[in-house]
Amino acid sequence: MEDIIKNYSADFTQLQNIEKNNWFTKQRQLAFNIFQESGFPNTKNEDWKYTDVKPISRNIFSNITESNVAINDDELDATLFKNLECINLVFINGAYSEKYSNIKNISDKTVIKNMANALVNDESSLKKHMTQYASADSGPFEALNIAFIQDGAYINIPANTNIEKPINITYISKGNSNKFATHPRNLILLGENSNATVIENYVSNGETNYFTNSVTETVLLQGSSLIHYKIQQESSNAFHIANLNTSQSKDSRFESHSISVGGALVRNNINASLNEEGAEIIMNGLYMTENAQHIDNHTRVDHLKPHTHSHQNYRGVLNGKSRGVFNGKVVVHPQAQKIEAYQNNANLLLSDDSEIDTKPELEIYADDVKCTHGATVGQLDDNMLFYLRSRAVDEQTAKNLLTYAFANEVINNISFKPIKNKLEHLIISRLPNSSLLREYV
Amino acid sequence: MLDIKDLYTSVEDKKILEGLTLSVKAGEVHALMGPNGSGKSTLANILAGKDGYQVTQGSVLYEDKNLLELSPEERARKGVFLAFQYPVEIPGVNNIYLLKAGLNAIRKHKGEPELDAMEFMDLVKEKMKLVQMNEDLLSRSVNEGFSGGEKKRNEVFQMTILEPKLAILDETDSGLDIDALKIVADGVNSLRNKDRAFIVVTHYQRLLNYIKPDYVHVLGKGKIIKSGGPELAIELEEKGYDWIN
Repeated sequence: MEDIIKNYSADFTQLQNIEKNNWFTKQRQLAFNIFQESGFPNTKNEDWKYTDVKPISRNIFSNITESNVAINDDELDATLFKNLECINLVFINGAYSEKYSNIKNISDKTVIKNMANALVNDESSLKKHMTQYASADSGPFEALNIAFIQDGAYINIPANTNIEKPINITYISKGNSNKFATHPRNLILLGENSNATVIENYVSNGETNYFTNSVTETVLLQGSSLIHYKIQQESSNAFHIANLNTSQSKDSRFESHSISVGGALVRNNINASLNEEGAEIIMNGLYMTENAQHIDNHTRVDHLKPHTHSHQNYRGVLNGKSRGVFNGKVVVHPQAQKIEAYQNNANLLLSDDSEIDTKPELEIYADDVKCTHGATVGQLDDNMLFYLRSRAVDEQTAKNLLTYAFANEVINNISFKPIKNKLEHLIISRLPNSSLLREYV
Repeated sequence: MLDIKDLYTSVEDKKILEGLTLSVKAGEVHALMGPNGSGKSTLANILAGKDGYQVTQGSVLYEDKNLLELSPEERARKGVFLAFQYPVEIPGVNNIYLLKAGLNAIRKHKGEPELDAMEFMDLVKEKMKLVQMNEDLLSRSVNEGFSGGEKKRNEVFQMTILEPKLAILDETDSGLDIDALKIVADGVNSLRNKDRAFIVVTHYQRLLNYIKPDYVHVLGKGKIIKSGGPELAIELEEKGYDWIN
């Protein structure tokens, strides 16, 4: 363990030498000190009870981004949304690719740029928000992220602005001789009554072993609305830890769709703070695991004011010897009367050796609230399978059809067709021998 | 077409069929009657290939081949159809897509060209009228939110589309009012021809007023205890099953 921390320490020193001193240098140092002190979390920590991060903590990764990794157009095409006009920000092994991004011609007041650029040029507007929602004290991975931020997306949308095209942030990790870690950092600010759609897409072109440690902070001012997609399709040998922290003002609406299918060891955290009346968050999630994958979804919603709403629907499909974790916490603070919180987690186990640990939690300190939560774990229904097969559907397709129907409950909540279609295809591609399925869906 | 010989089956060591013998030829309609627990539904399920039944003795030949070694989907492709007593609701699986893919799997098996979407919809419209199916039921998930009668009608509708060689109707009449019963019977009668056989499992003689069987069999304790013509059903209606025992 000491050796590992020494490695991070050496990388940190190296990063300090590369980077010129700026307003953020001190924060990095403080964050790194916190990380050094705490080290990686272990399973004695209640928040990490079901997810052992030893595969990450015992590996040595290079934390310094190589900016000259090449990628060909085909590799890129496969990851982007072909039939969808997007504002694209593309990062290859953590480094911003100007070549593949198209953030020119954005209106004057809207800022969409890469974080490395913003750290140098947007000090005043960044200072107010950066690390305010996911701080070095939030946890070891958040601290590690702050210490090593090299790039990411900075989006600042002024009041009363509707960004029609989705902003698509693609993180491509490409095979490399040495194991590397990236620490993407995104900051998304929505002014009053603004609307935007943001996609975070994590992809890989191979079976590479690497570590993604991303943090996204979002701030929604009064009446604004953000639709956020996070699509995690990392390589089957990758480690992926992601934090999404939201801060919402009056009557704002956050819609989160988190689709997680890749990675060897994955943890998605969402921390939502409903700070003012009328704030609403919708959290949709789907995780699909096979072989020895481990995907953990942790959510926390803080209802801080009356008349705030949260609606969570997470579904898991688990196969092979894989393991899933869902831990959803809803905290209703004392003054938060008349809130509504709904939480559901449904799981489908496709194999005898797959496992799910599900833990919906409610902490309620107000007395006039409407909260429901529940979790289910089940298998494919024999009667349904027999019915389908009696209508000439082969066994594997019948299983796929029922699995798809189960998973699609989450995708059906997506109102934006091009993304919905893309995700439907992603789900189908994850099912065994799924070519015949297309006739049925 | 179908030759069941001395069939013994059990579920979890409980004996259900005990020496059942039945022969069905193409063009024939056989009614299978009998009290609850006599094994009628078990026989229907075994013929369609449902898991969970052990055949301990006897044989079932379909078109001179061992039916019992075929998977449910192979049976369906070879022309066996079961109209379920309790059709299951399958959320998220579209009625019409299921039927189209099923039909094309059967046509492919027969060496016939697959139907495209247009041809299929023409067929659907024609058959829908026959069983008076409501069009918006078709675009829904399989049986989801259907009333009991709609579910049964959907079974018959599927049968008219798939055009099986051997159709087994498992208490399709139960829970239907007289109008629905007539519609279901019309669907069956429209399919009757010299190449097709039916096994109609029913509790009541009522259905047989509309679907005229060639043979009526009475099941008791896992085997056929009496066989006869349509008049047997009428006699049963008057005297009850105890009369045979």
